[in-house]
Amino acid sequence: MDILETLQKLANESGFIGFFHDGGYKNLFMICISCFLLWLGIKKKFEPLLLVGIAFGMLLVNVSNFYIDDVSSANALYHPELWDAFLDKNSEFYHSYGHIMSNGGFLDILYIGVKTGLYPSLIFLGVGAMTDFGPLLANPKSLLLGAAAQLGVFLAFFGAVMLGFSGPEAASIGIIGGADGPTAIYLTGKLAPNLLGPIAIAAYSYMALIPAIQPPLMKLLTTKKEREVKMEMSREVSKKEKILFPIIVTLFVILLLPSTAPLIGCLMLGNLWKECGVTARLSDTVQNALMNIVTVFLGISVGATTVAANFLTLRTLFIVILGVIAFGFSTVGGLLVGKLMYKLSGGKINPLIGSAGVSAVPMAARVSQVEGQKANPTNFLLMHAMGPNVAGVIGSALAAGFLLAVFG
Amino acid sequence: MNNSILTAAADFGFGDAAVTAVFGYAVVFCGLILLMTVLYIMAAIFKSSAAKKKAAEDAEKAAAAKEQAKAQETEKKPEAPLAPGSAGHVKLYDVPDKEAAMIMAIVAYKMQKPLNELHFISIKEVK
Repeated sequence: MDILETLQKLANESGFIGFFHDGGYKNLFMICISCFLLWLGIKKKFEPLLLVGIAFGMLLVNVSNFYIDDVSSANALYHPELWDAFLDKNSEFYHSYGHIMSNGGFLDILYIGVKTGLYPSLIFLGVGAMTDFGPLLANPKSLLLGAAAQLGVFLAFFGAVMLGFSGPEAASIGIIGGADGPTAIYLTGKLAPNLLGPIAIAAYSYMALIPAIQPPLMKLLTTKKEREVKMEMSREVSKKEKILFPIIVTLFVILLLPSTAPLIGCLMLGNLWKECGVTARLSDTVQNALMNIVTVFLGISVGATTVAANFLTLRTLFIVILGVIAFGFSTVGGLLVGKLMYKLSGGKINPLIGSAGVSAVPMAARVSQVEGQKANPTNFLLMHAMGPNVAGVIGSALAAGFLLAVFG
Repeated sequence: MNNSILTAAADFGFGDAAVTAVFGYAVVFCGLILLMTVLYIMAAIFKSSAAKKKAAEDAEKAAAAKEQAKAQETEKKPEAPLAPGSAGHVKLYDVPDKEAAMIMAIVAYKMQKPLNELHFISIKEVK
């Protein structure tokens, strides 16, 4: 064995050499960003279950892949050029999963679950099994707040078009305002997979920042008197109603917008397993074991899309800015309709529950509860805010379905 | 992609974007308003069937209570202990106690028998 030749070969293959290639500094920068996100996830507990996986996927892909002259390194775990060919209608590998399977790294294989919309749908299965739609059934008016809180989705969509993004890209950016991670990943995976990394990171980061983003807007748009309102106890919902609800929503929403079928279908199936009382084992599996397994795959494969050459662009900055605008306006939309309901109900509805319409279950509902209690320590808004909160999940799925129907 | 601000992408103009945004928001609202209506109808059906069920249960309970009361009424009450030297109880039909006592005293006097040796079964006013 020629030791010198071997050492030279090892040195050439080394990632350290990669930093000195053209654009290699970007990988270093991305490694720093991934370490920052890991810090946010671990130390600050920002959506740690997903953010730690995403950040580590980002670290992994930027350590292993020095994307030189549009070709990945030999040991790359994720190959953007394979996915470019997959999406290129003129390529012989257009929509060829076989090409990905035979040439891709292990993160390419995992990413197929994102591209096909499998992971977000399975996550929704677990979310459905964990969600109690009782507060929504007790007060169906909550659906109006869930609808109002999609304002940011469409404003950010318009803003993105103004900034020069294409329609499908703008739709994917807008859905950040739905504050629903799986929905954002699902829609982006379908419409603008090239933007998946920044959109997923923005969506999950802002969801974690809800306790910081929402309270100033809540205080700005409501008076102390409105925040002090104590709401009456909701009616008790029967078991039969809870069982019928997922079936009715599935029939009604999917017939209205068939493009929502994977998300709404899985959400409602999970909920039916929870409520019907005869499938406790399945309900337990989807909300624990399956959810955890899918979270592992989803986090790491979303992180894998953050290849330095694609991520470090002005567009990522625009996405981050548009994301926070989307979140803010969604909160405003919910609060404004909440105020309207306060007026129409003669002061019986606390407008703070409107901000919970942005999905982000149950974080947004908790924020409503905390702010309500700050104004009136005897206030207990959590269960009232859970109605708009779960309505927001259906609302953001509807918004995604609409955008998918238009641009898909 | 053109990154310049306020320059729409070639495939999608501002007008299209505005119409899509407004239409999309309206679709979400309409969809959820329709769903809300469906849920209210479902709630109304459940409430009315629950109310009917409750009314039927209440009526059943009331009937059962009535029957029970009737049965108790018809049931023989345990007789109070007799006074020493008494010849038993007497049933009174539309006759006040004082009048009954007077009648019994008159009967005993007319029959020349001590009152405690007579057994009155009932006293009834003949109208």
